[in-house]
Amino acid sequence: AMDTDLSSQDRKDLDKFIKFFALKTVQVIVQARLGEKICTRSSSSPTGSDWFNLAIKDIPEVTHEAKKALAGQLPAVGRSMCVEISLKTSEGDSMELEIWCLEMNEKCDKEIKVSYTVYNRLSLLLKSLLAITRVTPAYRLSRKQGHEYVILYRIYFGEVQLSGLGEGFQTVRVGTVGTPVGTITLSCAYRINLAFMSTRQFERTPPIMGIIIDHFVDRPYPSSSPMHPCNYRAGEDNGAVYPSVEDSQEVCTTSFSTSPPSQCVFTVTKAHFQTPPPVVTDTLKVPVMGLAFSHQLSSSRLSYQPAALGVGSADMGCPLLFAGGLNAAHPHQLIGPGKDGGVPPIPSQPAHGAQADQERMCTPLDGVHYPAATPSSSEDTETVSNSSEGKCGSPHDLLETIFIRKVGAFVNKPINQVTMANLDIPFAMFAPKNVELEDNDPMVNPPDSPETESPLQGSLHSEGSSGSSTGNTHDDFVMIDFKPAFSKDDILPMDLGTFYREFQNPPQLSSLSIDIGAQSMAEDLDSLPEKLAVHEKNVKEFDAFVETLQ
Amino acid sequence: PPRTHHRAPPAAVPAMNCRAEVLEVSVEGRQVEEAMLAVLHTVLLHRSTGKFHYKKEGTYSIGTVGTQDVDCDFIDFAYVRVSSEELDRALRKAVGEFKDALRNSGSDGMGQISLEFYQKKKSRWPFSDECIPWEVWTIKVNVVNLANEQERQICREKVGEKLCEKIINIVEVMNRHEYLPKMPTQSEVDNVFDTSLKDVQPYLYKISYQITDSLGTSVTTTMRRLIKDTLAL
Repeated sequence: AMDTDLSSQDRKDLDKFIKFFALKTVQVIVQARLGEKICTRSSSSPTGSDWFNLAIKDIPEVTHEAKKALAGQLPAVGRSMCVEISLKTSEGDSMELEIWCLEMNEKCDKEIKVSYTVYNRLSLLLKSLLAITRVTPAYRLSRKQGHEYVILYRIYFGEVQLSGLGEGFQTVRVGTVGTPVGTITLSCAYRINLAFMSTRQFERTPPIMGIIIDHFVDRPYPSSSPMHPCNYRAGEDNGAVYPSVEDSQEVCTTSFSTSPPSQCVFTVTKAHFQTPPPVVTDTLKVPVMGLAFSHQLSSSRLSYQPAALGVGSADMGCPLLFAGGLNAAHPHQLIGPGKDGGVPPIPSQPAHGAQADQERMCTPLDGVHYPAATPSSSEDTETVSNSSEGKCGSPHDLLETIFIRKVGAFVNKPINQVTMANLDIPFAMFAPKNVELEDNDPMVNPPDSPETESPLQGSLHSEGSSGSSTGNTHDDFVMIDFKPAFSKDDILPMDLGTFYREFQNPPQLSSLSIDIGAQSMAEDLDSLPEKLAVHEKNVKEFDAFVETLQ
Repeated sequence: PPRTHHRAPPAAVPAMNCRAEVLEVSVEGRQVEEAMLAVLHTVLLHRSTGKFHYKKEGTYSIGTVGTQDVDCDFIDFAYVRVSSEELDRALRKAVGEFKDALRNSGSDGMGQISLEFYQKKKSRWPFSDECIPWEVWTIKVNVVNLANEQERQICREKVGEKLCEKIINIVEVMNRHEYLPKMPTQSEVDNVFDTSLKDVQPYLYKISYQITDSLGTSVTTTMRRLIKDTLAL
């Protein structure tokens, strides 16, 4: 007999799935708005902590925020989990861009198998979320954030509020999964009316893909607003240590079963499973104090680069140039990777950093309404870091004292032969070095080339050339020096230069000579009948050939 | 904690109707590859699982699928694909061939590429195994020629927007939770999944393409007709 009611085991599993689905949903959304490309590796062996068989990293701060918002509850009818994505400019204006909603409705699917079908469909829904988060307008905005604006996120639980999205907002459905206790729905409502801030404004700066803007000197925010803390907060120097999901004893090792082909059994073995204590709270109502200002609500600025994805600082240019003690006594030193001269961009921090902004706390549970904070809220100043200045000194001073000498491209002589004081020009080595050697240099004084008469050449030089009846082109082009680029003139007896000299005046092609060209059209026409007669004679052969093609 | 086994109700055998989805895009020549890859990768993201590891008693565990963002160079667009170099290579190869065929067709630049998911049904000798498709995605491509840089810039944005719509369409289809092959036993897994990749496991699939000329017929018939006509003299 089929159980129509959910067994307690199934119920526990389902609750756990929904909880972790909610947490992973938040991770995917927030990570998609960090402004950088996300990359995780596939692993053929399950690790036990990859929920829904997907490699989605858990940013501890984000998990912490999500858990705080949920406060032990799960999405249910009327209680939705919302992730609000907003944009904040350097002037402090802010605007909601998207609301991602994880909702539950009453439509139950009693027949569905929790342990197997629901789990796999939740996995599919997460994949859809990964795809959809890249196609809403906020994605492109978030990839360009840094100089003029930043993207913020906020998680709340309760009733969905879409009023901050302006008129005519659009909705996209990510997907639904039916469960025995209700249908999970994931959707996104996004603003399309960017009137008070046109997108064009944010596209002025060219997109810098995949690099956290903070690594450069520019401080986009003139005020002391701490929107760009420089230090990497791995949790060591951060006061609040956020427990990662792995630490929280809620690990899911999954194994599936297909004993007879028609049966699929899903078993969940839990390494100590800790049921969170039930917390009875009122529905969270987050006050909305107007469209443009939502500072009183808790929000976190996040631009995070997990260490696992870390790029080494080796490609950041040459910080060593700016360490004290570098002098101009090493003029031959070429500058670091790939740079052609000049000075590489000065990194303002030594390494990539997770810029976990200190969040502004808001606990609406106790009903306290915080006053609208001004954009440069003082409680945030502590995260301003001056480490950039400390490490690099004053970069501009150093710039003037360093003289970098660049050896010209394609140089094939040893560097110590270079005597020019300022070798900033390419091919500098080809400039005349020792004048007395040039007389013997066949490059400079070539032997006389064979004199050939050619009508073409005659016609070229018939006008405007002084005394060039012999076709000697030496008189037209006074060649002081002839060192063709890229040629090694000290290895082969005959090289490009010699070749060029010798074969400068080739004889005219016979087919181009005037004689043949003078043949009249009439003569051509006369020869036609003869040619046609030949073809007619061979017509049978041609037909046979055509037959073979058909 | 004790293992619980749920006895599933006897499943009705689903009618083997093949689901067919068609998408259409108009792109510039140099955008063909990226547009095709974006669509194919999005579909395969939803149609790939982690590697199965069968254990005793008929249980199996599933590996982990990683994902990564891909930025397009010729389109203002980004998409997510499964982190599998083997899969990416296979798709790039197919899309490259399609693009070359489009270019060499000399026609107006119309064609379509199909991604078909199928199941294998073993037959007795001397009959070869049957391939029964259960889902086919067809992308119809129309290559446009643009006159100047300004048009190209507009095309970059427009095609980007169009692809966003296509991704939403694909996700809509995926969300219908329609027929999927049953999870196979170890002996049957190669009839349902492509187990040749080392890090992920897509459903068995094949990619094919067709180039159409402006009359809607395939190129080979046109060429034959052309030769016949010219030689008719």
